[in-house]
This record gives sequence, C-alpha cells and structure tokens, in this order.
Amino acid sequence: MNPVNRRSFLKTGAAVGGGLLVGFELPVKGQAQTPASSNGAPLKLNAFVKVGTDDTVTLEIHKSEMGQGTVTSLSQLLAEELECDWKKIRTEFPGVEPVYGAPMMGAYGSLSIRTSWQPLRQAGAAAREMLVQAAAQQWKVDKSQCRAENNTVVNTATGAKLTYGSLAEAAAKLPAPTGLTLKTAAQYKVIGTSPKRLDTPAKVNGSIGFGLDVKRPGMLYASLERCPVFEGKVASFDGSKAMAVPGVKKVVQISNGVAVIADNTWSAMEGRKALVIKWDEGKWANVSTPGLRQEWAGLAAKPGMSMRKAGDAAAAFAGAAKKVEAVYEAPYLSHAPMEPLNATVQVRPDGCDIWVASQIQSLAQQTAAMVTGLPANKCLVHTQYLGGGFGRRGGADYVTEAVEIAKAMSPTPVKLTWSREDDLQHDTYRPASYVKFSGGLDAQGSPVSFSARVVCPPFGGNGTAVEGIQDMKYAIPNVAVEFTAPDTGTPVSYWRSVGYSQNTYFMEAFLDEMAAAAGADPVEFRRKLLAGTPRLLNVLNIAAEKSDWGKPLPAGRFRGVGVVNNIGSFNAQVAEVSVTQGKVKVHRVVCAVDCGQVINPAIIEAQIQSGIVYGMSTVTKLGITLDKGRVVQKNFNNYDPIRIDEMPVVEVYIVPSRENPGGIGEASTPSIVPAVVNAVYAATKKRVRMLPIKAADLV
Amino acid sequence: MAAVKFTLNGKSQTVDVPPQMPLLWALRDTLGMTGTKFGCGMALCGACTVHINGQPTRSCTTQVSTVAGKSVTTIEGLSSDNSHPVQKAWIEADVPQCGYCQSGQIMTAAALVAKTTNPSDSDIDEAMRGNLCRCGTYQAIRQAVHLAARYQAQAKGGAR
Repeated sequence: MNPVNRRSFLKTGAAVGGGLLVGFELPVKGQAQTPASSNGAPLKLNAFVKVGTDDTVTLEIHKSEMGQGTVTSLSQLLAEELECDWKKIRTEFPGVEPVYGAPMMGAYGSLSIRTSWQPLRQAGAAAREMLVQAAAQQWKVDKSQCRAENNTVVNTATGAKLTYGSLAEAAAKLPAPTGLTLKTAAQYKVIGTSPKRLDTPAKVNGSIGFGLDVKRPGMLYASLERCPVFEGKVASFDGSKAMAVPGVKKVVQISNGVAVIADNTWSAMEGRKALVIKWDEGKWANVSTPGLRQEWAGLAAKPGMSMRKAGDAAAAFAGAAKKVEAVYEAPYLSHAPMEPLNATVQVRPDGCDIWVASQIQSLAQQTAAMVTGLPANKCLVHTQYLGGGFGRRGGADYVTEAVEIAKAMSPTPVKLTWSREDDLQHDTYRPASYVKFSGGLDAQGSPVSFSARVVCPPFGGNGTAVEGIQDMKYAIPNVAVEFTAPDTGTPVSYWRSVGYSQNTYFMEAFLDEMAAAAGADPVEFRRKLLAGTPRLLNVLNIAAEKSDWGKPLPAGRFRGVGVVNNIGSFNAQVAEVSVTQGKVKVHRVVCAVDCGQVINPAIIEAQIQSGIVYGMSTVTKLGITLDKGRVVQKNFNNYDPIRIDEMPVVEVYIVPSRENPGGIGEASTPSIVPAVVNAVYAATKKRVRMLPIKAADLV
Repeated sequence: MAAVKFTLNGKSQTVDVPPQMPLLWALRDTLGMTGTKFGCGMALCGACTVHINGQPTRSCTTQVSTVAGKSVTTIEGLSSDNSHPVQKAWIEADVPQCGYCQSGQIMTAAALVAKTTNPSDSDIDEAMRGNLCRCGTYQAIRQAVHLAARYQAQAKGGAR
C-alpha cells in the first residue's frame, strides 16, 4: 500500500453546520452549509463526496466536461477508493473555491487527470473511512472488523451490512481520518476499466444542459456587433433602425461593440443587422496574409532569440556532407467548437451570477468581479456542460462582453449568443508560424546539425511558439533553435495541443526530409535518434509494427510517420493515404500511445480518435486568412472541418504502464499532421511545406 | 403576427412569433425545447436537425411559418426514455464526447435507419456527411448506426 503524506493533502476544516469539510490546501471560507438531512439533501463528507440518505453518492466534478470525459474519469478516481455503487453515482459541477483549484480552477493543458490523480483518490478514501467509522460506532466494534464494498459497510464477523445512505448522517459528523492508505495498482477495480460514460444518457435526448441551453426567469437575449478589424473601436452608431425590429428591447454600446438586446435570439440577431455603426478600425486595418508571410520571411532571415543551443550548429552545417534546408509555414486556425460561445449573466447590486460553459471558471469569476466591481466571492459561476472547448473556452472575452451587457441591463438576466461568423472572425487563434530549417548530415547519413529559426506570435510566454521544436528528442550533436516574435494585432491563444500543433508538423516533416537525404527509412532514421527517449521509441516501434511498416501496401497506398512527446504522454502515428489528382484521402491511422497509468481505456481511445480528426482537418481543409484586417472565413462553408466521409479507420494501441498518468486530450492532434504529409510525400515525392494542402500543388 | 399551428412531438402546438423566425429559435427560445442545437445558422453543420413530416430538416433555415399544419419531431420527441433504437445504440457505443452535435446526428441517423434496413458504411457516410462533429466521433457514429439498424429491425420484428 502507498502511504499517504497527510501534510500534503488533508486538512480538516471546522465542521460547518454539523457537516464536515475536507480541503487539500486551506479550510475554505464561505462554503455552503452542509444541508441538514431532514430535507433529504445529500450530506457532505468532504469537498468531493456527498452521500444521500437515499443511498445516492454525489461526486463534485471540479474540472469542466467538454467531451474529454472528466465526469466519468474523475468519478472513477473517487469511486475506486470510495467503494461506491457505480449506478448510484450522481455528479455536479461545484462553484469556484480554492479547494477546487482556484484561482486557476478549470480544465486546460490536458491536466485534469494529472492534477486529480492523487487528491481524488485520497478524497474517496477519506469519505470511505468516515462511512466505515460510522458503521463501527453503530455496531460498537473496531473498524478493523468492517469493510466497505458496493455502497455498504460489511461487518466481517457477523455478515451484517449497513448502506452508505443509512450511515451518511453519522459519517458527516466525524472528523477527517488520518493515516490513509491508497490501493496499489494490483487492487484496482474501477481504474483501468471502461464503465459507460455517466453523461451519455442525457446527451442522447437533448437534456444535458449546455451553456446555450440556460434559461432564467425574465431573461433577455443579446447579439453583439464587433469591429471587423481586431482592436477597432466604435466611432459612432445609430441604433434606431435596430430598435424598430420586432422583439428588440434595447441597444447598448459596450467596450467591444454594440449589443442588441431582444426577447429572443433571432430578434437580437435581426436587430443587429439593422445597426448602423461607424468604426475606428485602428492600426491593423491593412493586415493581410500575403503581407504577413512576406514580413515574417524577412524576420526569419535575421538571427532570433536563442531558445536552445548545443555545440555549434552553424559550423557543423557548413562542414556537413549533405545539407537540407526548408521553410515551413502554417496558418492561423480557429477552434470552432460546435457550441457557439455564449454566457448568461445577471448583475444585481449585491452580486452577480454567471451561467457559462467555461474551461477556466476562476477566470470567468475574476472577469465578472472586474467588470462589476463586486467582490469575487459575490460573483457565482454556475458551470454548464461545454459543447466543445479545444482551448477556446479557456479565454473569458465572451464573459467580459456578457457581463458588460448584463450590467447595462441590471437586474435583468441576459444571454449573449455568438453566431458562427462571430466565432470564426473573433476567435483567439492558433498562431500562424513561419520556420526556416537547416540540417546537416555526415557522409554516413547521420545528422550532425539541426537549426530552426521560428517566427511566430507567442502568448503566455515564448515557449508556446517553439514547443515541439525546442524540446525535440532526437540525438543530434549540434542544435540551434532561435525565435522571433512578430508584431501582429491578431489575437492568439491556446488551441488543442498549442505549439505542438504546428511545430510537430514542421519538426517531423523536416526530419523526414533529412531521412530522405540520408537515404534512410523514416522509421529507422528516427529509431537511431530516439535511443535516449525509450518511451517515445517504444510507441514508434509499436506503431511501426501494428501498421506493418515496411511491408507492401495495396497499389496507390502510401505510409507516413510522426511522433510527439507532449502533455506528459508519448504518441506515434502511421497514416496510410492515397492521392488522386491532388486529392488526399487518409484511409487508416495506426496510433500507439503511452500515457502512463490508464484510467479509462475507452475514453483514451475516443480522445485519440478525436485528436486525430481535429488535427487532420488542418492538413487538407482549415486555415484562417486575413484580408484588409478582416478574417476571410465566415462559416463552415469556407472553414469546413473533416466530415464523416473523410474519417479514416483509426486503430489505437495503448501501452500498459504504472507510471503516473499523462495527459490525453491533446496527445494525438500533433502527430497526425506529419504522418499524413509524410505519406503524401511517399505518394507524390512532393513535400508539403505549407498548410492546408492545395490539390493543385500535388498534381 | 399570426400564430402558427403545427404538431410538435405528437401534440398540437401553437406558436405566436414573427413568421420568418427560424423554427430553431421558436423551438429553443419560445417553446423552451433546447435539445435542438444552434451551430451555424446556414444549414452547414446539421446540429439543428429535426424531422418535418419524417424528413430530416435543418431547423435553422426553416421559417416557422412553413411548418404550419405539419408534424415536427425533435430529439425530445424521439422517445421519453431513451428507448428509440438510435438512442439505445448511441448509449451502447458511448458515442457522444461533448455531445453538442449529437441531437442532430441522432435525428439524421433515425431518419436513415427508418428507411434503410441495413445501411452500408457508404450509406452512412452519405446520409451523415451533413452533420459536423468537432470532437471526431465519426468512427463511433458509424458503429452505432449499424447497431441502431439492427435494433430497429428487432423492434419491427417484435411488433409483428
């Protein structure tokens, strides 16, 4: 058994209202009172577990559910130690509290399992021990004579049983236990299995409750016209025609544009079309994609900031027997989650409620506090299910807008709904990037130098612009990675797998160019350079074996490979493609993944498929371009992701492991891109150095 | 504005909204039926799919006045207890991830299996390609539609 370091985990707060509070950092102020049992509400055993007298178990899911499976997988972590009946589990999303990770409470960076792995098992164990203790007291026996199983405590001497429901009241009055031990991997019953997802039944009948489905008494609906050029401002506007549209109640200017508020969404959108606005477009009104490419090419010609340096790459390249040079480019990308952004907000003099599907609830709360001037603890975030996130809902721009509108309409609750056009044209985009590579090989074909000069707008630190290149795992003696940040008004932010999304494509496609120059097989070339990263080498070997790498394919089919080590996990993919008159079809993808200890294999497989589709869409289909400061793409007609008839067969192989869990939500998005473009090279002998692929370039 | 009268999920329904309002918003905002989703507003993504007289139709571009006298079925009307063959298959295959597009996926699939007894993968791709899923549940959807067709056949067999 693994001893638990109690200091690192359990701190017991004073009992509140007869209940018990277990926190992992500090006792939490302002927690809701533990409900009295008389009203039938579940009793709180700690911050994550409530047990009802009706024997239901309510688990607090403190990470947003955006399809990545947290409602189910976090429940598995709790249930493993709690010994509860899976069928009796209910889940709910708690408010923002330090115990749930505030001031950065949320689901981002593929961290939900990684940061919950220890504390949730401990919370489950703590609650179980309280139930066991309560049973022992009732039977007047030592608790060593009691065992928890399947929502009951069993008296091992007599065979008597008490349900969790009947023990809830007594357990809630007990102090938090000490000296907890957690199960070893060999004892897992729930972890490593694939129970049905808890949220599926409500997702097949329309009842689940996304942000957009929120309805409050007296609520009005808003649509916001923003400047088509980033950072532009309202110079003047005339809302009189909008006010004449049936259903429109009010027109208000906020910091980011002019909002039309109506008694239904459609009227708000129709009213918005009737707005007359004069914009001050600001300094980005002449930005266009061809201009940016030219500007960034100029920046890449000059040295940048050194991000990684080993040996003397320039000298080694100068003396190399074979030299490879290439420029790679990737476009801005929009997240385009299926649920358009929205938030419902009510601002009152004494507080504010925010009903929102957010990836970072803390940020939604802080935003509301800033806009309203209310204390943060008076701004209550009610987390809804997310209709996709992919990083987009980690921002709070849409919350700022909704709170500003609701403040103007106080105390009426208002729901702000973005259109798809708003979503594509006012995203915080995956940055475009321009990278100049050079690589040198000796006479035997071994790499002697690798250089990359990255030009890419960074965010949240320069690392986001270079990750995937800077931290590449190939054993090359002389390495130089440089970075230059271009000045651009286009807002950029986290997009599923962040810098790896473009840099793994660049890195793995350029490495394929080096392998070709060496006359080496792409898998064999990588194997030799990955001896120092055994987990990455292992997934490469599995993907190669399962895809029959090196063996003949049907006529017209070709393979390509890509690997990545991100979010604490290791991923290798082999794509099988055909190219007909420049049109790329991906037939099969074999993916091997090592994400440490597996919690739910079915969710891992689903996330791998998901990440592959998300990445594949960028290879042949998606790109955001700018013309006169405006985003060209408007809806799914010209930003058209992969559809079902383009879906390849995806095979997933998960490496059994007892290492601590790695992330999974962003694991497979990066490596599908080079796997496909390298297969396209095998098919056409044409290198894809800019995305998305244009059919004409392959003919 | 004149009230529009139609059949919604088997029951007579009257809605008093501007006649040009898309059925989607009448359902969601006026009638409180939020299972039908807004995704694009241009019939490009399929999230808003409902059945009108049994035909899968994009409610975001269907003016409410055009459904007068017709029968509209939404995800809420497919069954009251997740017992429709497509819902059962979706649960069995654990299809949804975020789930936002799934009302539309399910409505399109329900129309497919109602008229095609044993759909092939290419039948499924053809019928479902208008429904976008950004979570990439397509492989699970293919599997679930095959399963749903089997459940549908069993249900018909049981009824005979």
